[in-house]
Formats: sequence, C-alpha cells, structure tokens
Amino acid sequence: MTSQPDAGGHFGPYGGRYVPEVLMAPIEELEAAYLAARGDPAFQTELAGLLRNFAGRPTPLYFAKHLTETLGGARIWLKREDLLHTGAHKINNCLGQALLARRMGKRRIIAETGAGQHGVATATVCALLGFECVVYMGEEDMRRQRLNVFRMRMLGARVQGVSNGSATLKDAISEAMRDWVTNVGETYYLLGSALGSHPYPMMVRDFHKIIGEEARRQILDAEGRLPDTLIACVGGGWNSSALKPAGAATRWASTRRAIAAAHRACCKALTATCYRMSTGRSPSPTPSPPASITL
Amino acid sequence: MTTRIGRLFETLKHQNRKGLIAYLTAGDPSPLRTPALVAAMVRGGADLIELGVPFSDPVADGPVIQRAGERALKAGTTLATVLDIARQVRAASEVPLLLFTYLNPVLRYGLERLAADAAAAGIDGCLLTDASVEEAQAYVETMHRHGLDTVFLAAPTSTPRRIKLVAQYSTGFVYLVSRTGVTGVQESLSASVAPLVQAVRAVTGLPLAVGFGISTPAHVAELGRQVEAVVVGSAFVHLIERNAGSRTLETQLETFTRELKSGFGDSA
Repeated sequence: MTSQPDAGGHFGPYGGRYVPEVLMAPIEELEAAYLAARGDPAFQTELAGLLRNFAGRPTPLYFAKHLTETLGGARIWLKREDLLHTGAHKINNCLGQALLARRMGKRRIIAETGAGQHGVATATVCALLGFECVVYMGEEDMRRQRLNVFRMRMLGARVQGVSNGSATLKDAISEAMRDWVTNVGETYYLLGSALGSHPYPMMVRDFHKIIGEEARRQILDAEGRLPDTLIACVGGGWNSSALKPAGAATRWASTRRAIAAAHRACCKALTATCYRMSTGRSPSPTPSPPASITL
Repeated sequence: MTTRIGRLFETLKHQNRKGLIAYLTAGDPSPLRTPALVAAMVRGGADLIELGVPFSDPVADGPVIQRAGERALKAGTTLATVLDIARQVRAASEVPLLLFTYLNPVLRYGLERLAADAAAAGIDGCLLTDASVEEAQAYVETMHRHGLDTVFLAAPTSTPRRIKLVAQYSTGFVYLVSRTGVTGVQESLSASVAPLVQAVRAVTGLPLAVGFGISTPAHVAELGRQVEAVVVGSAFVHLIERNAGSRTLETQLETFTRELKSGFGDSA
C-alpha cells in the first residue's frame, strides 16, 4: 500500500472516484478546496487551536501497568483517544472538515452515522461553528444507540431515520449521498470514515494522522524507543489509517509490525481488504488471528 | 459499429420523430414477469428499453427505484438473471436494449465476461451510473470491443471539461440528467436542461436523451422539443409497484406508455 494517493485518488488498487456524474463537479470542487486549505497556515493554525482547546489534544499515552503485569509479556501503552471531547477520535476529522465547509461557504452539514459516535461529533462541531446539521442513521441503529440519538438532538442536530434496505450504516450512507446529490449547492457532506470517493479517504487520513504523530513523540519520550508492535482496531478503517501517515515507513522504522484487529462483525466485509493489504493474495475466510497490515 | 441503438436514432431522424426510452428494474416484481412487461411497453410505443440491474445501494436513484431493486433482489434477481431476461426479450423483439447498472455487480460478474455475455444476450449498450469518465477507460474499451454502446451521463453540474469527456466516451447517445438530484417523479421540470443541452450540442453530434423526473405527457412534450429522446423511469416503476398483483398490469403499462408517447404529438 502506498501512503499518498495518485492524482486520481488511488491507493494502489483501491480508491478512485466512483460516484454519479451529478457529484463529480462538487467532488472536484471539494478536492481543490481541501488542497488549498491543507497548504494554508491560517487554516492549520485554527484547526490546531480547536484540537487543543476544544477537543482536548494532545491525548495522553498511558502505561497500562496492570494489563502489562497480568499478561506478562509486552509493556503495553494506550493512546487515550477516548478522552477527547465527545468520547472518541472522530472529533479530529469533524473539526477539520467543518472548518473546510465554512471555508467553502456552505451553511448546512450532513453526515451518516452507525453507532452514533460520528453523528455526535458532527453535531458537536456544527453547534460550535453554527451549521445546520442533519445526521442520517439507520432505524435499526437508532434503536440500538438511543443515547447517542438523544445527544445529537440535544446538540441541535436533526437525526433522520433511514428505514431502507437493512436500516443500518450502509443505508444511511446511501441516504446521505442522495441528500448531497439533491442539495449540493449549500450542503457539505461530512463523511465519517476512510471510505467513499477521493478526496474523502485522503482527508480523513490527514485529519487523523495527528494521533500517530503524537503517539510516536510520546512513546519516544516515555521509553526512548519505538514500539515493537502497533495495534489498532478496524471498523470503517480510519483509526488504523491514522497510524499510517505519509512517511510512516521511515518514522516507525524500528517497529516490526502493526496489527489491525478487526471487530468480528466487521471481519467478513474487511477480510478481503485486510488480507490483500497484507499479502497481496486472494482472501481467505474470517482471519484468525487477525490480519496484520504492514505499515 | 452501429448497434440497434444507433440504428434507432437514424430511423427517428429519418422519420422526423422523437424517441421514448422506458426504464424498468429487471426482476421486479419477479424475473419471470419482466419479459412480458417489456413487451407491453414496446406495444405501447417504447422505442428503447433500459433494463435496470437491481442493486442494494443505489445512491443515484430515489426511493421508488430503490424499492424496486429490493423487491427484485428478494425475488432472486442477479446480473446473470438480467442477462437471461434480455435473451428472452431479444428472442421476441428487435427493440434496442440498454443495460443500466451500478459498477459493483459488474465488478463481481467480471467486466470482460459481462461484455461478452451481454452482447450474446442481445443487449446493445450499457450505462454505468457510478463510473466516472476518469475511471472508465477499461470499461469503454471492453464494451466497444464487444460491439456494445457506452452511454454516459452529463449533469447540470458537469463542468465544460467533463462534458467534453462524457461526449467523447459516449456512443449511441448521451444521457442528460434534467436536474441535480436522484431519479424520481417531480411536478415541473428544471430550467437547467436547456443550457445543458446547448453545452453538450456544442461538443458532439450524438443524439441526446433527457431523463430524471419525467412522468407526464406534458413533460415529454416540453423536452421533446429540445432533444432526440426522453427517458421515463420512476413513473413506470411506480406503476409496476402499485399494480404488481393486478392481472391488468401489462395492459396498464401499455396504455401509460402510449399516453406518454402522445406527448410528442405529431412528431411521435
């Protein structure tokens, strides 16, 4: 896997742009706006300020003493993204994209959410920056995650239930895409994972790479060396993508391997990806032990 | 290479009339019934049939076609089933057939295999809703090698650069999206069609068809003045949905097709 996408947004055999033609012009506009923002010190300064003072970065790198002793093997450190405002790393990406939306002159932000964490983070940054916010969520997911639905509504977002198909995340994504196709002039689609058309995977990865950068600095401060193994969970893929920023190969040079431990429910869908990323061969059924990804 | 699609537009031009393109989701309400529904549309005057491949995540379509896709998938419809339906239609009719699909089912089936099997089944061309021109080169080459037309969408939001590429990659005709939004029925037509027609005419001599949101003879009349053909989709699918259990479904489809076609007036 390559770290930077090519001009068409391909990461090796993956990525690219596969969307209806009505979205191609907005996606080109989004890419141009993002590339300009990425290179603008004022944008980066404002984002860094919000990440520090609003989201609570840097997050601690915590030595899990009891876990280390109990397991009796590796010294285990935890990068505490759960201590961020709204309770997850999602806020990194939401702040970055919402600032971009404001820069693009949009007044309305839409998002999809599965368990609700991305929806809560999106609703939070919309409240902060004054955007109208609509979050699409499968009705099945709304039943399972009622507390997050309540939090989003409390933050002023409209939670739009999706009953189509399996009434879960993929259907919420389809519905959000339809909204975007219809209201593209005033609306920014704040996509919550390393999926979708280029430039989304690149943006999401860029806004999360701060996790890997902090963790590297912190482990060097604490242990004076890089870890032997990095472990990240994989759902939609943005968490593990955060550990693999541009130039990671050299920056994590002495780290022998990284393991992306996928939730069992995600394994079926991700097996092909994980396995091909790891080996370049055809996938086997649910991996056990989890597939390892070379960073 | 001239397919039945190319020959249709030559005939239309020659006879100085406009074409009605009818979409339906193959396999809705069941694969067994689709050939008879197509036959009814052809009897009613449909000039070209778009066979929609049902897909679980149809982001470019509205709820009507999404529900049709769910019913068709539930009834066991696959891309192979759709090709079989095409074979049955072709055995009885020379109506031009356009396969209308998302990319995922095509990737699963295999591009080369699909092109070969579609051509053998009597399909004349293909429209991949989510294949942008940037990603389309291999697809276009494969389809053309098998003698199939490739129809691309141009939208009101398409930039001049993209319109040029869409025209360059399209054969048979260019499909213009009447508005920004998904497929579905709407009351009045967007004024954005006229500038789009003008922009596409400036870069290609190919026939143009307009679709998305067209549901009445009045819409057909309005657009028939601007382009060579008009596409109706959701309105047909909605009729099928409402009357799937009725023994008069075929008759109703035929009548509705004839009504829509009457919108062209004397030029039909």
